[in-house]
Amino acid sequence: MNRQRSYRPRLDIRAGRIDMTHGSGGRATAQLFEEIFLPAFSNPHLARAEDQAILPSPGSRLAFTTDGHVVTPLFFPGGDIGSLSVHGTVNDLAVGGACPLHIAAGFVIEEGFPLADLKRIAESMGEAARECGVAIVAGDTKVVERDKADGVFITTTGIGEVPDGLDLGAHNIRAGDRVILSGPIGDHGIAILSKRENLAFEAPVRSDTAPLHGLVSAILAAAPTGIHAMRDATRGGLAAILNEYAHAARLGFALNEESIPIRPAVNAACELLGIDPLYVANEGKLVAITDPDVADAILAAMRQHPFGAEAAIIGEAVEDEHGFVRLETSFGGSRVVDWLSGDQLPRIC
Amino acid sequence: MLTHRELRKVGRERRSRAFRIEGLVQGVGFRPHVWRLATELGLEGRVLNDGQGVLVELAGADAAIDEFRASLLQNPPPLARVHSVSELAPRGGSYFAGFRIEGSAKGEVATGILPDAATCPECLAEIRNPNNRRHRYAFANCTHCGPRFTIVESIPYDRQNTTMRAFAMCPDCAAEYGDPADRRFHAQPNACPACGPTLWLEDAGGVRLSGDPIAEAARRLRGGAILAIKGIGGFHLACDALNEETVSALRGRKRREAKPFGVMMPDIAMAARYCRVGVADRQALESTAAPLVLMEKSGRECVAEAVAPGQTELAVLLPYSPLHCLLIDAYGGPLVMTSANETGAPQVIDNDEARSLLAGIAEGFLMHDRPIAQRADDSLVRVQRGCVRMLRRARGHAPAPIRLHEDFRELDPVLAMGPELKATACLLRDGLATLTQHLGDLEDARTFVEYERTVSLYCRLLDFVPTAISVDMHRGYHSTQAGERLAAERDLRLIRVQHHHAHIASVLAEGGAQPDAPPVLGIVMDGFGAGDDGSGWGCEFMLADFRGYRRLGSLRPAPLPGGAKAMREPWRNLLAQLEACFGWEAAQAHWSGLDCFQALRKKNSDLLAEAARKGVNAPLASSAGRLFDAVAAALGIHFEGITFEGQAAMELEGLARSALDKVTGYPFGRLDVAGLPCLDPAPMWECLMQDLIVGTAREIMATRFHSGLAEAASRFALELADGAGTDRIALSGGVFQNRTLADAIHANLTAAGVEVLENAKVPCNDGGVSLGQSAVASVRALAGEQP
Repeated sequence: MNRQRSYRPRLDIRAGRIDMTHGSGGRATAQLFEEIFLPAFSNPHLARAEDQAILPSPGSRLAFTTDGHVVTPLFFPGGDIGSLSVHGTVNDLAVGGACPLHIAAGFVIEEGFPLADLKRIAESMGEAARECGVAIVAGDTKVVERDKADGVFITTTGIGEVPDGLDLGAHNIRAGDRVILSGPIGDHGIAILSKRENLAFEAPVRSDTAPLHGLVSAILAAAPTGIHAMRDATRGGLAAILNEYAHAARLGFALNEESIPIRPAVNAACELLGIDPLYVANEGKLVAITDPDVADAILAAMRQHPFGAEAAIIGEAVEDEHGFVRLETSFGGSRVVDWLSGDQLPRIC
Repeated sequence: MLTHRELRKVGRERRSRAFRIEGLVQGVGFRPHVWRLATELGLEGRVLNDGQGVLVELAGADAAIDEFRASLLQNPPPLARVHSVSELAPRGGSYFAGFRIEGSAKGEVATGILPDAATCPECLAEIRNPNNRRHRYAFANCTHCGPRFTIVESIPYDRQNTTMRAFAMCPDCAAEYGDPADRRFHAQPNACPACGPTLWLEDAGGVRLSGDPIAEAARRLRGGAILAIKGIGGFHLACDALNEETVSALRGRKRREAKPFGVMMPDIAMAARYCRVGVADRQALESTAAPLVLMEKSGRECVAEAVAPGQTELAVLLPYSPLHCLLIDAYGGPLVMTSANETGAPQVIDNDEARSLLAGIAEGFLMHDRPIAQRADDSLVRVQRGCVRMLRRARGHAPAPIRLHEDFRELDPVLAMGPELKATACLLRDGLATLTQHLGDLEDARTFVEYERTVSLYCRLLDFVPTAISVDMHRGYHSTQAGERLAAERDLRLIRVQHHHAHIASVLAEGGAQPDAPPVLGIVMDGFGAGDDGSGWGCEFMLADFRGYRRLGSLRPAPLPGGAKAMREPWRNLLAQLEACFGWEAAQAHWSGLDCFQALRKKNSDLLAEAARKGVNAPLASSAGRLFDAVAAALGIHFEGITFEGQAAMELEGLARSALDKVTGYPFGRLDVAGLPCLDPAPMWECLMQDLIVGTAREIMATRFHSGLAEAASRFALELADGAGTDRIALSGGVFQNRTLADAIHANLTAAGVEVLENAKVPCNDGGVSLGQSAVASVRALAGEQP
């Protein structure tokens, strides 16, 4: 320890900034690792500081996923890019039924980025990982010139262990299956929007970023065989997931607008801005497609869990050659909830 | 005197000649008509239907044949639409024994399927004649009238391919059907009480009621009941149009707050008591299409206010099927007749569907067992400056084609997918543009399914194989996406047509412009369409022909705060206009005392203005429709929200029409926006705010706005037209349904000596867009332009 510290003064976390040397692979890079990442992530695999982590082999099947995180602002009500990057990967593993084990993280940092912010992000990641019972066992840091990135981008890659016999996926979905949503939608996207655009809504909205592996365990314990498919409703919101499922399973979905949980503050913000909450990103919500026979049991189990307390059955899979996701509105309408067209112009103004 | 026979003997040499008649000439009693005419003139020969229309071969005196031809052109059967009579080289020998009607040759496709037609005077007389076997029969029809398109399931058009298949004709009907001299010769839906469909009345619980269904239905309607009535193109909901309570109950149950209902009246005389019925109105009402005709309320007698709340006009139609005629004969007064559907969904056509979907609305069902195969809403027209203008093209018009300039015959067939709202598709081939009936708004899943079904039905009925697909530039439209899928599946060219270009092209196309006609200056005033620059357009001055357009001018863009929400909530547009013209804070500093500002402040306007400034779901658009909404909101008209498209603008226009004084229009400025000259409403807003401060009457303000906008747009257009070297100006876009604005602009332009072109056969609203798309795409496809 003493020897390591001797080759350079400690990083000035309070006022220091990232410069190009931190990404050079030289001593500055090592210092960044040792003074920021290692303490924040603290685990024996990482402490080896080798080019790879050597991990014990878990059961017979692995879940493996990667996710790039780009968010403005980096710190937002309810979380930051650090916790988000851990939760994102944990959730991607969890909704496959896997128990998350290890994460690797790659950082692309913009020159001039405050060290204090980086430390805060790293600590947030470490804390999130500990809460999830996963270890951040490998990593990489690159620095790019000013204006070539927006603060920091984080890519997390994770592996998890999948129980034997578990098979989740769109191919299992049948007409009549129930759609269960784990809680109110839109919190994350609206929190981000509010902070980014400095729009002060009457009631503040916090991101829902949260790890879902515990909730998934509860679901699988309640109905090990009746659960057909699961996804977390992130970018593109609930609309994206259900359209993907409809497309893959060659089915449609009929949703009941009134049964979709949404917080009053989020609803008010969406109303004012004319944003459809079905398309707004979440970071701690999953959608489970289940056999109708076990839907109530799963719902009850979800509601026992803190991250599923407001879970609701919001609709069902239906035969539909068009593969439409339909929203039955309270006024008797039947609106097509489309893929996002990428066209920001309204259709009907 | 010589007899015909002798005349023929002494006349010129006997000759053989053949004619081809093209148009809507099948299923309209054309061959019996030819048979009678030829027989009267002592001609021999034969007539038959084939793939291109009707073929007539005649043998006889030249003069008689000439007379035959002239008479055929002058007096065709009532429902026939003769596009051309051309003489062919005579075929083979000239020996005919008398005049024969021959069976149809294969492929009757090209002449198309006819629109449904209102009951003809002969059938009406029969159902009212106690001695006729069809006395009080609700399904009488003949080749001059009756259902056509709405009973068709497939081609060719004969009974087996219609929903009349289930009814075998009795010997009497079969005899009429087989007799060339009878007006029911080959009348596919021919029927009588012995063999045809039956009518019944059932209560809300599905129990059939005994007794005369018509008399009982009329009795219940008089008692204030709301009944579902199965008509030609779908179910209607009917009730006493004079009973405020019943009409309000219908609104409540149908969840239709204020959108006007149509009213069926027994005859012109009654219509004239409630409305100002002009000569052209009368012609439209009595036409075979029997549309709803929008007419100014007379002010003398009034239907219930809830029928058309806040409106200065009333939409009236006359009974158009024997069922309606009998019912309204028995009832004797005006009846609300509004199409029966769930919110946003297509009209109900099936009996079981009606029983379940209308259960909470209708207290009884007057229905029958002739299935409706195709939905068709009532068409809606309005007479403006003496010309009947289509506002919704459906029953009675679809699927009759619109003829374009003959040079379009040379172009390849194109399928145009239409827009998102008021959707129609258009099949253009051989210079004939066949628009589907009005299909509604594609945002609704059920409507979209019906749209796709209808497009493929039309392709089958017309045996239509397009070489290109035309779509709007807006990639989010469901119609665009459907077109993209079709083009990909069939490996066809996809041609994207700008929304407002399509509007102008629709005017040119229906006006008979040739494919290479020189450009005109187009004024499009519209709600919203995707521009080619990624922004929203909606008040455009463009030099346009079929090949392309150049955007020469526009309206100063303003944000649409909340995207599509801005269409439903006029206050958002007031905020957007103030933000765009002055900045919200500056506007507040000037005018904060006004009522409309106080109302805006209750709306979280600061936050929305900020969101608009930052571009958070607030795309910029040069929309004329939203400017009307903004002005309406400033005047306190539907500030909070509207329940149907155009509601605020319609009431604003209503105020303008009621103003008696001639007033000075509000001034509009000019402003360059990124190099594009734009009308600037800022000076208008300053004057309007001043008027609000001094408490000017709303009628005056509404009038000043209309006349100011008309004046500014006219002057702008004239300058641009002059600069572009054209003296023809075309008007289109939904905002031109506003008569006050359209009449004023028309007058200004005409006074300046330019020729003004407008829509009439297709709606100026988005219902006509598919026609423009198809014409543009066919010309572009010819030009070999790459998509």
